Amino acid sequence: MKPQLGSLLSINQLTTEQIEAILALARRMDPDRPSQLLHGKRVVLLFYEASTRTRTSFEFAAKALGAVTTLVTATSSSIEKGESLIDTGWTVESIGADVIVMRHPNSGSAHLLARYMTVPIINAGDGMHQHPSQGLLDALTILNHKKELRGLRVVIVGDVYHSRVARSNAELLSRFGAEVVFCGPRDFVPEIAATLAPGVVVNHDLNAALQGADVVMALRVQKERLAGRHHSVEDYIAHYQVTPQRMKLAKPDAILMHPGPVIRGMELTSEVADGPQSCIHEQVRNGVKTRMAILAMVLGAAH
Amino acid sequence: MESLLIQRGRVIDPASGVDAQMDVLLRGGRVVDVAPAGKLRGQAKQTVNVRGAIVAPGLIDLHVHLREPGQLHKETIASGTGAAAPGGFTSVCVMPNTLPVNDSAEITRWMQAPQRSAIVNVFPIAAATVGSAGEKLTNFAALKKAGAVAVSDDGKPILDDRLMRTALQAAARLKMTVVQHAEDTRVTAGCSMNYGATSFRLGVHGMPNSAESSVVERDIALARATKGHVHVAHLSTREALEAVRAAKKAKLRVTAEVTPHHFTLIDENVGEFNAHYKMNPPLRSVADRDALIEGIIDGTIDAIATDHAPHAFHEKQVEFERAAFGITGLETALPIVLTVLHHHFKLPLWRIIELLSVNPAKIFGLTGRGTLAKGSHADITIFDPKKKWTFDASQSMSKSKNTPFDGWNFTGRAVVTIVGGNVVWEA
Repeated sequence: MKPQLGSLLSINQLTTEQIEAILALARRMDPDRPSQLLHGKRVVLLFYEASTRTRTSFEFAAKALGAVTTLVTATSSSIEKGESLIDTGWTVESIGADVIVMRHPNSGSAHLLARYMTVPIINAGDGMHQHPSQGLLDALTILNHKKELRGLRVVIVGDVYHSRVARSNAELLSRFGAEVVFCGPRDFVPEIAATLAPGVVVNHDLNAALQGADVVMALRVQKERLAGRHHSVEDYIAHYQVTPQRMKLAKPDAILMHPGPVIRGMELTSEVADGPQSCIHEQVRNGVKTRMAILAMVLGAAH
Repeated sequence: MESLLIQRGRVIDPASGVDAQMDVLLRGGRVVDVAPAGKLRGQAKQTVNVRGAIVAPGLIDLHVHLREPGQLHKETIASGTGAAAPGGFTSVCVMPNTLPVNDSAEITRWMQAPQRSAIVNVFPIAAATVGSAGEKLTNFAALKKAGAVAVSDDGKPILDDRLMRTALQAAARLKMTVVQHAEDTRVTAGCSMNYGATSFRLGVHGMPNSAESSVVERDIALARATKGHVHVAHLSTREALEAVRAAKKAKLRVTAEVTPHHFTLIDENVGEFNAHYKMNPPLRSVADRDALIEGIIDGTIDAIATDHAPHAFHEKQVEFERAAFGITGLETALPIVLTVLHHHFKLPLWRIIELLSVNPAKIFGLTGRGTLAKGSHADITIFDPKKKWTFDASQSMSKSKNTPFDGWNFTGRAVVTIVGGNVVWEA
């Protein structure tokens, strides 16, 4: 059975079977052994927001499958001249895009574009809403180390409120029966966050949250988002920084993840980022494989 | 002199306690007589046979944006009143957030001039502060003389305590109402919807209930201190409702309106970023919606008003967070009220007429309206509460089609709308 994907906008949109199919295909993908699976396909990378790993890995993924890519950014195009998102999408589609990979600062922008385009849209991050390819590559990474997602305790610590990565991860992990613990100060982890999906809980005490954790996922914390709130950078570090001592509270075989970009000395220490439990580089490598699988599925070339 | 006899209707005039098969005679823009069926035969040149439909005092919408002057691509006074008539509204009270802001007697008069081609009565609500900038009060006396029925900085709430206090005092001296869009904009900056599970899931900043209720509570305290009349526009939260309920118990001059969308829809209806469900105040939770219905039924809520807010396609078909706030409402208000409040919640028709006509007239002191008593204005809404129909937004008389109610099936609608004794719309 070949699951029909259409656009990839959010984790919730995917069936469990579709998620499993993407992960299975991603495991078979190898960026070092290029293929011509997407030969002749045109992939437009429409980036309204800065990005290093997502943009580069989508580009490498497309090229590893024989597709052609072109990058459109907000500062070097008609977008700067006030063209609407829908008009930009129509332009890109008319020029001949087979798929549009979009990063955008507004939540819901990928849904908006998908409503008006005939080509599929891959959401490469929309505001605080979703980052489905990250959720999928994170699941792939966890499954490289754990037998199954069911029953795992995954602690996501940091600025959950502003994080599309946290939302995509929690929705995917919850679907497969993992327990997701959102952890951070109240401004970053409001109580309402627990309503996101079944099995999601909120805990403001990192030391307690880490007890028995199988996966510790730290999120980027921007200094400017701490400014003007009830706590200082020092407070955040004191209570929520992932340190070697704190990692000891988790299970001995727990893995440490971070979607990047990592702010060393803020959300985690270098010892943890570069330590034996860290899977940060593996996540980035899996990003290319996962995005190869997503492109193949969305363009109907998966087999 | 023009005369018109409305025959075979069921007249419901709560202000005079009438609910009976009566005929209504209009002449010279006034109601001349209301008498048992047949008694007035032959007294008018023209007759309308309404065959059992409800004959009510004309509906009055306390909260409408007609966008003229300044934003004619969204709506004009002619097109907006053109949508009011099929909605059964004989009068619309229009908000001052035009371009320029209606903060002068000159603009107030300009809006009411015959050249605007309004087909229903237009009653301007003037700005409470110059340019609605929240700094200096406008000249309430001059505005009232020019025809303004109330003052408001709708959309730009008066947050400064002293300014709101002086506004209430100045308005009280002139027996005018201050209408407040209650929103603490210091808290809601950057927000696009209600704060709750849906806003969190969508990754959109949400407005907490307290941003509304804190301003309502403050305004009630000032109404108590000044003896002024504050009218809460589009009340949307259970906390604000509770505050109004308490204020009424304390016999303060506080009134409140609720929109049809706030007692019908909830924040979850935003779904996957549908901008037709984006308005301010935002759609709230189930608990809030249910509280509003209770407040309407128990009389805490005085009026239903539309907050008709037309926007062009290109202002809605953008990123959700950048989309304009607001939906149209003139053509769907009475149908929603009849379908939801009357048929589903069994609110009697005379109460519906109170909410849409009698009380709105009282709130803004529109004498001779909201009633069919002899001598009152010949503004009459005739509606069929049983008529089943489907709303098609593309057929709307408004210039804009931004409504979440496209394709909704309703039971009940206006069939004849009469303004000043003239039939301005007929189904």
